[in-house]
Amino acid sequence: MERKKRKAFINTSDCVACGCCIKVCPRNAMEIWKGIMAKVDFSKCVGCGKCAKECPASAIEIQEVVS
Amino acid sequence: MKKHWYDYLWIVSLTYLILGFFNILFAWLGLLCFFIPLIISISKGTKSYCNRYCGRGQLFNLLGGRFGLSRRKDIPKWMKSKAFRYGFLIFFFIMFFQMLWNTYLVFSNAQNLKQVVTLLWTFKVPWHWAYHGTLIHPGVAQFAFGFYSVMLTSTILGFITMLLFKPRSWCVYCPMGTMTQLICKVKNKKHYKI
Repeated sequence: MERKKRKAFINTSDCVACGCCIKVCPRNAMEIWKGIMAKVDFSKCVGCGKCAKECPASAIEIQEVVS
Repeated sequence: MKKHWYDYLWIVSLTYLILGFFNILFAWLGLLCFFIPLIISISKGTKSYCNRYCGRGQLFNLLGGRFGLSRRKDIPKWMKSKAFRYGFLIFFFIMFFQMLWNTYLVFSNAQNLKQVVTLLWTFKVPWHWAYHGTLIHPGVAQFAFGFYSVMLTSTILGFITMLLFKPRSWCVYCPMGTMTQLICKVKNKKHYKI
């Protein structure tokens, strides 16, 4: 059976690498990659959307993926 | 979540702003907020200053988040565009060099010390109560007035966008943030195309 899961996706051109998402993520799934942009660890992300709400550039979107 | 020592750096930022009301020479300490992020990005190629240590970001987060002063709306598209971010960085640079030029003029005795704090690059606010004369050159005080103007102006801008948009909206167009991100992009260009 196919299950849909929600994950956080980064709009990399809008990301300012401020790191707000790291601070709110309850699963520690966020990382600022080389000071350039946020990166999501999909194995940890549960798609709760806290980061999307916090992101000052609104550069995070929660999307459904088929696993 | 577990709190670290650096989660309390907002106290340092707040203290800095308050000290400027009592003795302008404390403004010199603000150079730390310029040099530390630059040194980190140049030497390590990361933005851990923004990510962890930036007291101003924490202050806005506290006011907008915990105290609920922020409307939490999306920032307008143009404000997060590259054009605006880089444009603001250049504007900030020009204003900064103008401030350095004024400092130089006082150092070279071509101009007298002006005990004013210039807000939003326009409004000259009398600030003589925070300067009591020193044994050192008035140029040292001129730089302090100029630098404090930069810090207070950016705090005001950040405060307004904190109210209007997300708490840390300032981070989107913060010149230091833009600059350190650029440095990181250049430093890591093996992995990343600009």
